[in-house]
Amino acid sequence: MSDTDDVGEAESSEDNSDDEVITHAHGAGGSQMAELIESLAVSRFAETDADVGLAALDDGSVQPIDDEHSVVVTTDSHVVTPLFFRGGDIGRLAVSGTVNDLAMMGATEPLALTSSLIIEAGTPQSTVERVTESMREACEEAGATVTTGDTKVMGSGEMDTLAINTTGVAVVPKGGHVPDAGLSVGDKLIVSGTVGDHGISLLSEREGFDFGGDLESDVQPVNDLVRAAMDAGEVTAMKDPTRGGLATVLNEMASKADVGIDVEEQSVPVSGPVSSAGEVLGIEPFDVACEGVVVMAVASEDAEAVLNALRDNPKGEDAAIIGDVVEDHTGQVVLDTGFGRRYLSPPEGEQLPRIC
Amino acid sequence: MATNAESGDDELQFRDPEKAEQLTDELEALMAEIGEPVNVMHVCGSHEQAIAKFGLRSILPDDLTVRMGPGCPVCVTNMPEVDEAVALAEEGKIVTTYGDMFRVPGTEKSLADARDEGADVRVVYSASEAAEIAEEEPDREVIFFATGFETTAAPTAAVLTSDPPENFSVLSAHKYVPPAMEVVAEMPDTDVDGFLAAGHAATITGYGLFEDFVEEYDTPAVVGGFEPIDVLYALARLLEFIRDDEAGLENAYPRCVSREGNVPAKQQLWEVFDTTSGEWRGIAEIPDANLVLSEDYAHFDARERFDIAVDPGAADPLTEECICGDIMAGKADPDECDLFGEECTPQDPVGACMVSSEGTCKIWLEYGGQPDL
Repeated sequence: MSDTDDVGEAESSEDNSDDEVITHAHGAGGSQMAELIESLAVSRFAETDADVGLAALDDGSVQPIDDEHSVVVTTDSHVVTPLFFRGGDIGRLAVSGTVNDLAMMGATEPLALTSSLIIEAGTPQSTVERVTESMREACEEAGATVTTGDTKVMGSGEMDTLAINTTGVAVVPKGGHVPDAGLSVGDKLIVSGTVGDHGISLLSEREGFDFGGDLESDVQPVNDLVRAAMDAGEVTAMKDPTRGGLATVLNEMASKADVGIDVEEQSVPVSGPVSSAGEVLGIEPFDVACEGVVVMAVASEDAEAVLNALRDNPKGEDAAIIGDVVEDHTGQVVLDTGFGRRYLSPPEGEQLPRIC
Repeated sequence: MATNAESGDDELQFRDPEKAEQLTDELEALMAEIGEPVNVMHVCGSHEQAIAKFGLRSILPDDLTVRMGPGCPVCVTNMPEVDEAVALAEEGKIVTTYGDMFRVPGTEKSLADARDEGADVRVVYSASEAAEIAEEEPDREVIFFATGFETTAAPTAAVLTSDPPENFSVLSAHKYVPPAMEVVAEMPDTDVDGFLAAGHAATITGYGLFEDFVEEYDTPAVVGGFEPIDVLYALARLLEFIRDDEAGLENAYPRCVSREGNVPAKQQLWEVFDTTSGEWRGIAEIPDANLVLSEDYAHFDARERFDIAVDPGAADPLTEECICGDIMAGKADPDECDLFGEECTPQDPVGACMVSSEGTCKIWLEYGGQPDL
C-alpha cells in the first residue's frame, strides 16, 4: 500500500519496507486510530483494579483510592490551525478539552490540571503569553487551576508553532462516575447545544471562506452544565462530540453498550450559519468536532427535568432531546431525516471540498 | 414530447416532509398501476447524495430501484489521465486540481502521493484560481488538471477565453454526459426503464439536449433538481411516462433549467472544446464524450505543450477485483463489491467511486448504504 512509500530511504535500507507509517488517518478518530491504540497501548498496559481502565477507551480512567472515593485522570494534547480562531484559541481549547473530559466521567470539580507547552523556536513570546492568559481565563470559568507544568522548545521547522498537553485530575465518590457505555434501552438522548460549530467554523476559516461573523467555535468548559444535569436526574452515559463529531460519539456509545440509537434529525440543534456553511463546503455538521457540547443518555423519566436544568444555563439554552436508545439495530445509529431513515455512520477519511 | 412543469414550482417546498409523503403515496399508486418492477437510473453524484442523505430509498416503493450510473466525473476519469497529471507534477511543474481529484489513484499513485513525495500539487476551487496561481508564479508552468462534466467544463472554457497567463495550461479530463447515457442505454445487460437526468449539467446545456436521446432510445427522461422534493417529484413524473409507455421528456427543475440552457456558456464551451472518443474509467470507450481543447486553444493544451512521459508501472492487483465499472453501469450496488468498506475505504481507495464525495461507494459508506429500515 502507498503508506509504505512515506518511509524514508534510510529506514528502507534497514529493511523497514513493510513497516507501516503513522498517517493523519491514525489520528482522525476512525477505525485506524482504534487499531493503533489497541496495538500501541491496550495490549501493553495491564488492567489494574480500575473502575474504568485503559481498555474501556473512555474519556478518562477511574481508579479507586479508598472505600469511598475514586480518582479520575485524563490527558489530552492539543494542536490546532490556526492557533487563534473565531470564538477561541488553543489555550482555551486545551483547558476546556481536559475539564470536559473529566466532566464526561461525571467528575465536574477538577482538582488540578497540568500544562505542558511545546513551543517552536522563533514563536513570538507575546503569542505564548496570549495563549497562557486564555488558559487562565478558561480555568477561572471552570473553577480549575494549573498546578504543575513543563515547557520545551523545539527547533524552527521541527513542529508547527505550539502544542499543549493538559492532564486533569478529580475525585468522585466511589461508583459516582459516569461511563460512556452506561446507556440502556429506554433512555433518552440529549445534546446540550448546537452541533458542528467548532469544526465547521475552523474548516471555513482554514479554507478561506468568509461567511461573515456568524460562525464561531463553541469551545468552552461545560462542567457546570454537566453538574446541573446530574443534579436534576439520572445521567447514564456521557460523551463530548469532539473528534468525529456527533455521528462518531453516538456510534461509539451504541456499540459499547450493545444497544441501538434512533435520532430525529429535525430535533438536533444546528445553527443556521453552520447548516449553510456545511452545505456550501459539502461537509455534514454531524461529522465535525464540537468543543463545548455534551451528549448524554438520561433515564426516560428524568429527561424533561435534565433538559430544563440544561436550558436554565446560557451554555445549554439550545439543549434538546434528540432520540432514544432502542433494542433494534444493535451497535448502530439510525437517523430519521423527516423524509426517510438511514444509518448515521461515523465519518471516514479526510474531508475535502467537493467539485460541484 | 417535452413539457415544462412550471405550474407546480411555486407550490414546492423543497424540504417539506408532508409534501414528501404525498409524493411517496403518488409513487406507490403509480407503481401499482405499472404492476411490475421498475429500474430507474440517475446520472449525477449529487442525486445520489440527496437520495442517500435524506434516506429516500427507505420510503420508495419496494419494487422501484433507483441506481446511479456514470454520474461522477471524478470516478470516470481514466487512470492514464491521472498518470499524466502525476507525471507533470513529478517533472517539477505546479499541478492544480479540484479536491475530489486529489486522492484518486492512478495506475501507481495519486496526486496526493506525488505531493507527499515532494511534488507541487495544489487543490483549487476553480479554474480561475488555477490561472491566478499562474499569474503569481510567472516563472513556473502551472497546469490545471481539469475534470468534470459540462458544469465545470464551461468555467474552464471561460478562463481560456479570457486571456490567461502564458505559463498556464489545461490538462483536460473534462467529459460530456449525453454520449455516456447513450452507451449505458445500449448496454445489453443494463435494464433501465427511465433516466433521471442531471439538473446541474442541464443548467448549462438545456433540457432540449435530451430530445433526440429520448426519441432514439425510446426511453423516458426527466431532468430533476437535488432537494428531496425535487427528486421525488421527478421520479413521479418519470413513473407516469413509464406507466403510459411513453418515451417522454420533462423538465422538473424549471427554476434552474431552460430548454436552451445557458447560451453564452454553451458558446464558450464549444468554442474552446471539441469532443473526441475516450475511455471512461471502468465503463467503456465512449465516442464523442471526452472534451479536448480545440485547435484555436491548442497552445493552452498541456498535452501539446509538454511531452508527457507516463511510466506508471504496475497497477494495484486489487483493482482487478474492483467492480466500479459495474456500479457505474447500473449493474451492481456498492455493497456487492468484496472490497467495499474493507480493502477499499476513503483513506485507502482502490476504485475511484470510493474517493470522490460524488462517488456512489463513498456516499454509501457515509450514509449507510441501502438500509432495510
